[in-house]
Amino acid sequence: MQVNDMKMIKVNEKWCLGCHLCEYYCAFANSGVEDMVKALKDMMIQPKLRIEQKDKISFAVSCRHCEDPICVKSCITGALSIIDNVVSIDKKRCIGCYTCVLVCPYGAVMPSQEGAVRKCELCVGNSVSSPACVSACPNKAIELVEV
Amino acid sequence: MNYVIIGNSTAAIAAIEGIRSIDKQGRITLISIENHHTYSRPLISYLLQGKTDFDKMKYRPDSFYEDNSVTVVLGKKAVKVIPDMKAVILEDSSSYEYDRLLIATGSLPFVPDISGLDKVKSMHTFMTLDDALELEKSINDKSNVLVLGAGLIGLKCCEAIKDKVASVTVIDLAKQVLPSILDKTSSDIVAQHIEKQGVKLKLSCSIKQVYENSALLTDDSVVRFDALVMAVGVRPNISLLRAAGVDTNRGVLINQCCATSIEDIYCAGDCAEGYDMTADCKKILALLPNAYMQGFCAGVNMAGEEKIYLSGMPMNALSLMGLHILTAGIYEGEEYVFQDKKGYKRLFYKDDMLKGFILVDDIECAGIYTAMIRNKTLLSSMDFDLIKKKPALCALAQERRTSLLNRKETW
Repeated sequence: MQVNDMKMIKVNEKWCLGCHLCEYYCAFANSGVEDMVKALKDMMIQPKLRIEQKDKISFAVSCRHCEDPICVKSCITGALSIIDNVVSIDKKRCIGCYTCVLVCPYGAVMPSQEGAVRKCELCVGNSVSSPACVSACPNKAIELVEV
Repeated sequence: MNYVIIGNSTAAIAAIEGIRSIDKQGRITLISIENHHTYSRPLISYLLQGKTDFDKMKYRPDSFYEDNSVTVVLGKKAVKVIPDMKAVILEDSSSYEYDRLLIATGSLPFVPDISGLDKVKSMHTFMTLDDALELEKSINDKSNVLVLGAGLIGLKCCEAIKDKVASVTVIDLAKQVLPSILDKTSSDIVAQHIEKQGVKLKLSCSIKQVYENSALLTDDSVVRFDALVMAVGVRPNISLLRAAGVDTNRGVLINQCCATSIEDIYCAGDCAEGYDMTADCKKILALLPNAYMQGFCAGVNMAGEEKIYLSGMPMNALSLMGLHILTAGIYEGEEYVFQDKKGYKRLFYKDDMLKGFILVDDIECAGIYTAMIRNKTLLSSMDFDLIKKKPALCALAQERRTSLLNRKETW
């Protein structure tokens, strides 16, 4: 597969501690709330990535921003599109049919309580300037790299 | 190059995107019987329900045709394709010549021959935006609506109108709802759910005779209605190409490049019969993602590059009155069934491969299952005991998942 001329999230499974900090920082960055406690405490957080764990293995999974994204091609409303190499979701147009959940080979497009699906948009357009999961990871198990 | 596309829905739009991924210059003319900007057909139920509007249901932005230099001829029906002259004739006798032609005319609602149907004043189908607008005009909070057909179209119609009318009754000849995609257990879940929401359901039942405002059913009961919706099924709209001598079966037969039997004529979407990898034969796969894939593939090939699409399979994502149902593939082979508070899951596997699944509500990461089917991933190469409980990439071999996650390969 060819890759975009862009940055991507790289996962180093050897270094992942399974601490879930990335999930908390992701949820916080996308909450629109300034206070982390208010954003997360006693809330059912809905991060845009997930930690997978099995025995001693753990790693983060977020949208790969595929060059030829099957979710975009399958989207029944046109809510998913590629904007500047980022697979983006227009929440106003998503009606929550979950066709993207059905087709994403990584499980990276997720149902959400809001109705519209949630997925990693590389922190474009939220309160932080670069992916919060990357800066929050204490062990460089998630990195932003040039591709 | 001079491209002509007949149709204005998913496959047609995808073909434009496919053509323009290769050829930025060629002339594209799109002809559609519908007089609307391209819109998402499955959204008509959401429009009726008030959950979307004309603007949000547009499948592509207002500037789409202009951005892609497409000449659009809307509200006109193509009546003839003449392959020898490489021309399409419209109902107003105007003609358009083509170098490459795509037929993406979709399907038409099938209306069965029921005695008395001509007496019904408020009879509807539920397929197009105009159908939805007409139905909306003819119902109010005092209306009783009878829907014939408890498939995808019928049930989405019920969902759209149930809170707007006095009563909705849906009947189906089959013993269960959604007979084409669900098994008995999951259809029972859906049936109970929609009945709880106030929809009256009658199965193993059909209309014997219909009158202006009532129907005599095969169980000899009578249902009064103010509006009747026919949602029995659809038929591929292939008359244009059949008359032109293109090879057809139920749909227009297409090859792996979405080309028909006549040179320079392509076909994609609900009217096409292409390869279903799970059934290993040609089938009509009347579903939106398939229409896009076929349309895009056709577009690329029309523009002169070779692209092959052989990974089509039945798949459905249905959200219905709060339930979420995802299905894919064929239902053959050994099974894994699990049901708990979170939902219902049934997996089908054979020859060391996942072949199909039915998921109700327990749907997270379902795309991993779909990818396993599409890639024919050998179950013996992964931790199947783990993945059958929960789709997860950690069930794949370490090398494979690292390669996938770091975009060295895709699946």
